[in-house]
Amino acid sequence: MFDKSNSQPETGPFFARDRSWHPPAYTPGYKTSVLRSPQRALLSLGSTLSEITGPVFGHAMIGELDNDLIHNFARPGESAIGERIIVHGRVLDERGRAVPNVLVEFWQANAGGRYRHKKETYLAAIDPNFGGCGRTITDADGAYAFRTIRPGAYPWPNGVNDWRPAHIHFSIFGHGFVQRLITQMYFEGDPMIWKCPIVNAIPDRSAIEQLIAPMDWGNTVPMDSRAYKFDIVLRGRRSTLFENRREGN
Amino acid sequence: MAQSLGYLKETPSQTAGPYVHIGLTPNFCDITGVYPQDLGTALVNERTQGERIVITGRVFDGAGAPLKDAVVEIWQADAAGLYNSPSETRGSADPHFAGWGRGPADAVTGEFRFETIKPGRVPYPDGRPMAPHVTLWIVARGINIGLHTRLYFPDEAQANAADPVLARIEHRDRVSTLIATGTAPHYVFDIHLQGPQETVFFDI
Repeated sequence: MFDKSNSQPETGPFFARDRSWHPPAYTPGYKTSVLRSPQRALLSLGSTLSEITGPVFGHAMIGELDNDLIHNFARPGESAIGERIIVHGRVLDERGRAVPNVLVEFWQANAGGRYRHKKETYLAAIDPNFGGCGRTITDADGAYAFRTIRPGAYPWPNGVNDWRPAHIHFSIFGHGFVQRLITQMYFEGDPMIWKCPIVNAIPDRSAIEQLIAPMDWGNTVPMDSRAYKFDIVLRGRRSTLFENRREGN
Repeated sequence: MAQSLGYLKETPSQTAGPYVHIGLTPNFCDITGVYPQDLGTALVNERTQGERIVITGRVFDGAGAPLKDAVVEIWQADAAGLYNSPSETRGSADPHFAGWGRGPADAVTGEFRFETIKPGRVPYPDGRPMAPHVTLWIVARGINIGLHTRLYFPDEAQANAADPVLARIEHRDRVSTLIATGTAPHYVFDIHLQGPQETVFFDI
């Protein structure tokens, strides 16, 4: 086992983002992107201190039920309705190293595909015992876990008959602000994944597959909850092998 | 056959969607009782050092309409130009200033708002001081990958003129898209996603 106590905090610049792997800004099949995508090229900028640093969040801010969506909004003694699942995985960087002590936030619709949000008008019912938000901080191995109900698919006004596949939104902090990432997790075997214009904004099929969590029989709790495993990869940091730079950065 | 480099691919981004508030600012969208308060709403307390400022602004789409469902996050140095981050190696930042904030757009007006402090200067990798700036990250429905930009201050003309990042903007008429308007203590920073006033966004 690698001795973490002997390792210096990493301060190197981050790997450049592979923007052919991510969805581009302009993806007309996802209609809202048409007016919300920049038309000018991005200005490439080598990492300065403003980019390689980032906020940290203490474990103390996490409440006891923050990673239990079945109970964190439920009335005492009650629980959310739906398929009980555990979602877990590790946050790694592109070098395969654990990313410990980072905040992971997640949100989702209820079992019927209904979000608890005032702008949501879908006729599926609200679950009085389900809020839909959770958060946790990764442990020393970069691992995280939460308990929830499997969200339902829901229709959205894009194409005439577009439905989002079941998904959970994730927001992840790394150690540098340029690692900041929001993404969505999908469920293994869902036929709707391949029909979705938001999914298909990603050009590469193997990149889409990186967002699909497999069912994890090994971690399924008998007579209680099935498990899904979703690993998240953040940008890697260059080893500071030979840096020709002056004092101050 | 060469050895494999063994690198993983970064998890691809997806839009934050219209209900991003459920996860990032649940109290703001009336999901109360789960978290005591939304993260990133209070940047300063009475012990924070530095000049108090307010930053407000709106995010506009290509038709000139303000986004009412965007979330903006800011990241900035303290008054002495130090970041409150483990990667900060030049000294210890003000312990009463985390440097990070999160501001949801108002559901009616689209305005975001941060009460913060004016950041000190931070060195560019070659040692030259950058002008005081705040890094912003914007997510919303319709934005497939979060957008990075920077806010600079209108009352720092001399520092802005010598800023190594602003100097890299080839089309000089675009520099002004990164400079807030207003006067201390209230600065206004409007972000235009698309069109003739399009804000400069960075690949960093």
